[in-house]
Amino acid sequence: MNLMIKAYRRKLDVANGRVDLSHGAGGRAMGQLIEGVFYEAFDNDWLRAGNDQSAFSVPGGRMVMTTDGYVVSPLFFPGGNIGTLAVHGTINDIAMAGAVPLYLSASFIIEEGFPFADLERIAQSMGAASREAGVPIITGDTKVVERGKADGVFISTAGVGMVPDGLDLRSDAARPGDAVIISGSIGDHGVAVMSKRENLEFDTDIVSDSAALHGLVADMVAAGGAHIRLMRDPTRGGIAATLNEIASQSRVGFRIDEDKIPLKPEVAAACEFLGLDPLNVANEGKLVAVVAPEGADAVLAAMRAHPLGGEAALVGHVVADDNCFVQMTTSFGGGRIVDWLSGEQLPRIC
Amino acid sequence: MKYIDEYRDGRLAKDIARQIAALADPARSYHFMEFCGGHTHAISRYGLEDLLPANVRMIHGPGCPVCVLPIGRIDAAIALAMRPEITLCTYGDLMRVPGSNGSSLLKAKAAGADIRMVYSTLDALRIAEAELEREVVFFAIGFETTTPPTALALKAAIAKGLGNFSIFCNHVLTPPAIQNILESPDVRKLGTIKIDGFVGPAHVSTVIGTEPYEFFAGEFQKPVVVAGFEPLDVIQAILMLVRQVNDGRHEVENQYIRGVTALGNEKAQAEVANFFELRESFEWRGLGEVPYGALRLRPKYVAYDAEKRFSMVTPAAKDNPACECGAILRGVKRPADCKLFGTVCTLDTPMGSCMVSSEGACAAHWTYGRFREKARQVDGGRAVA
Repeated sequence: MNLMIKAYRRKLDVANGRVDLSHGAGGRAMGQLIEGVFYEAFDNDWLRAGNDQSAFSVPGGRMVMTTDGYVVSPLFFPGGNIGTLAVHGTINDIAMAGAVPLYLSASFIIEEGFPFADLERIAQSMGAASREAGVPIITGDTKVVERGKADGVFISTAGVGMVPDGLDLRSDAARPGDAVIISGSIGDHGVAVMSKRENLEFDTDIVSDSAALHGLVADMVAAGGAHIRLMRDPTRGGIAATLNEIASQSRVGFRIDEDKIPLKPEVAAACEFLGLDPLNVANEGKLVAVVAPEGADAVLAAMRAHPLGGEAALVGHVVADDNCFVQMTTSFGGGRIVDWLSGEQLPRIC
Repeated sequence: MKYIDEYRDGRLAKDIARQIAALADPARSYHFMEFCGGHTHAISRYGLEDLLPANVRMIHGPGCPVCVLPIGRIDAAIALAMRPEITLCTYGDLMRVPGSNGSSLLKAKAAGADIRMVYSTLDALRIAEAELEREVVFFAIGFETTTPPTALALKAAIAKGLGNFSIFCNHVLTPPAIQNILESPDVRKLGTIKIDGFVGPAHVSTVIGTEPYEFFAGEFQKPVVVAGFEPLDVIQAILMLVRQVNDGRHEVENQYIRGVTALGNEKAQAEVANFFELRESFEWRGLGEVPYGALRLRPKYVAYDAEKRFSMVTPAAKDNPACECGAILRGVKRPADCKLFGTVCTLDTPMGSCMVSSEGACAAHWTYGRFREKARQVDGGRAVA
């Protein structure tokens, strides 16, 4: 067993350990928590496929269902808020199966004392986001907890959608030679949120890229559906976590080119200032597609023709690698690994 | 990104690499230690090793304040933070550093300790001002670079009459540690590796200047090039070191002329001298006791010294005996030579100092370079010089 897999599969110390912040940060610790607690308890093949949604057969076709929780802080940030994030994120989880999102649910856990005005602002923007996307919120739930037992408001969502006939995107489908395409600049959402964090406020024009990607996905599927192996939206943990996840699930490696990864100078500057790697920073309106080589040009062209994929770029290829390493040629021409984020991405001392 | 992109020009880097290859005498080998984790990070992140000829080897030194913090100091901080009246403020990268028995500040926080991640000393000061009923302790750590901000926080606390603010001082000093690598009792035990020169830390020298390295360069006849942390800075420093070795020189040269002078920031030095004095000895994780390798608060500021104020005890705690950090920090062994590397010691479960911080030699190798070990295995164990 290779080093990375062995390390990744280290078991949680369930008897003595406690949840800490790293278990929610999208990195290896979160994977251990999911595997060690939830997979153990809910054990089934849909869950163990490791997608952000599960497709299942129903009379008349294949359906997708997903669920997600939103605990972002601050609740409002440049380019959106926790509500728009919940709508976009859930739609995107469905869209990454190539599916057409149909309906959403939204469940609110609200802290005692939370201002109605903020709640209304969140709800109104959620309504607007769902109407704009054409995906209505058709059911929901509300709970209020005592002051101090939540951070303002938490939102849980669920979403369902239908998979077009003949499409079957699978997390283990990446094959050596496949192209890796990113739909646009990385790290915008994470930097926008961090710029408004308490104790860390800094001036930047960067706004979150939060957006519903199902329209972009529909155009990609129309242009090269049969050639698309899989898609992912690189949220927490960023591009690095997404590529490592795919590498582990498909038992392949990646070789990507740093110079080809779209990155706004402002995001690069903020990451530099904070000592963060943009490859680990969250996105909310971007996708990574692994596409068979013969379909790469058509899919890329379709993405670039869509408003949300204008900066789409082919950034590398899938390679055969039993170690499942994601390797990157740096802007200097050297080589390095792009690893999972380990725990939370924390600013360095110096 | 003005003033950043200029130092990440791949074309220029390849040109400097060609100069290094042309100057490096094929009949000899060159071993340079970059003392600071920031340099290690740049070398690994940009794959600089791939640009160097096989006979120019970089050895990763101990220069990361998080790496070198001994387990006992973490244990002491955790014990302090568990006290109900204490709010412990700390920089983010200390949160995961393991103490004894798998403990860490992150785990202590999850267990209920009031530990808050701050981005500057002033954030800690603000917390103390806002929560006068709490005892706010700033977990001060770092080389000469981060010591002046700690001094200024103390100055501000005194000026504001804040009686609930104190410092747990773990500031360490660079020149004694560099000396310790070449001259300490452990050298006899662990052996030494040939080191032909040092890349010196620029951020430290913005404060202390280049002068403190003059004695070292003369005494040990090793060239020192103080260099910035951008990849072009590092590769240019390597070129300057190759030139010095070829010329038989052992001088202190300044690559980072945009930020470093011979005498450094004398105002900052004066502030530090006002509040701090040398410790006769201080344990560096992986290096052992380093004489005059750290600072403590002067006795007249005892009220602001958390160690005294809360009668803190630093427990004796040892690293895993199989841990090879001492040898790795001195360049005698490589990360992959350690039995623990990648098995029980990973970024998620760091055992030794070199894996503890993201800038440690093992962490950098694990994060960016471990595919090289696989390549060596595939090549039938052919080592890269």
